[in-house]
Amino acid sequence: MHNGSATAGHVRLQHHFDDLEQQREASTFGMWVFLCTEILFFGGLFTTYVVYRQRFHGVFAQASRDLNVVWGGTNTAVLICSSLTMALAIWSAQINRRKLIVAFLLITMAFGLTFLGIKTIEYKEKFDHHLVPGPHFHYVCPPGEPCHPEQAEVFFSLYFAMTGLHALHMIVGVGLLSYLLLPSWQGRYTSEWHNPLECIGLYWHFVDIVWIFLFPLLYLIGAHSGH
Amino acid sequence: MAVHADATHAHAPSRKPYFLTCGFLLVMTLITYVVAKFDLGPLNDVVALSIAVFKATAVVLFFMHVRHSSNLTKLTVVSGFLWLAFMILITLSDYLTRGWLDTFASGR
Repeated sequence: MHNGSATAGHVRLQHHFDDLEQQREASTFGMWVFLCTEILFFGGLFTTYVVYRQRFHGVFAQASRDLNVVWGGTNTAVLICSSLTMALAIWSAQINRRKLIVAFLLITMAFGLTFLGIKTIEYKEKFDHHLVPGPHFHYVCPPGEPCHPEQAEVFFSLYFAMTGLHALHMIVGVGLLSYLLLPSWQGRYTSEWHNPLECIGLYWHFVDIVWIFLFPLLYLIGAHSGH
Repeated sequence: MAVHADATHAHAPSRKPYFLTCGFLLVMTLITYVVAKFDLGPLNDVVALSIAVFKATAVVLFFMHVRHSSNLTKLTVVSGFLWLAFMILITLSDYLTRGWLDTFASGR
């Protein structure tokens, strides 16, 4: 036992750790190991995308033009801003401002819900335009261009699988943030100990990173062709 | 250990890197959008993915505090993305070379 440690006996220190620093290090490491499994979880879809993108190169670019770049770009900005406010929530804990933590968590959740709202509008448009893979899928090829609706359907399958899995992570993320609200308000997270904020922050930023790759791969590949 | 714990509170945490990172990410998003409008041939994909990698790196280093993390955490982060690179590269080494079988079979 390191009884000489500055944080020994701290109320948040669990008995199997020497001090808060070791405890923080362990939880950060554990969170990153989980995020590695998440990289591979999304990685399966990204690999599938890469394989079909090189096989159906032209049609993917063509089908991509049916996505709304303005909504996609707006959502990119929304997520980047939500990452900023998430980082500021942790910063608030580092300077022991409990009300500021709650404020930034609420703003982050608002950004997250804005993202999901925009995603809902986009999905609605795809249903209306019969671009959802399945029996009602009906892709109208742009006139004068190669026409392969079955390849376009693969693009939209990947679009829904990837953005759907991402949106699911956003919903989980907003839920996790709401779980942090009460303990934050009660002053549980301080400059000495705020591991839950830090770990859920890592999760939130990871989901942002996934979108950083989804945006160009899904929305921008057709921007230079067509009208 | 006591020295270690004190070190984390030695300086007041700064907000500045977070705002700079956010600004960088927003500017890069605008750039990737504008560049995508131009037909650069195969370079379009290269540029778009390079910008995405830059943005992801900024998020990992600054927002996710990996810049100040332990070597163990840094190693974990790098290995995570390295596995993804392996998965994509090895999968492509299969798909991109399937046509070669016919080339060999026809004796050319």
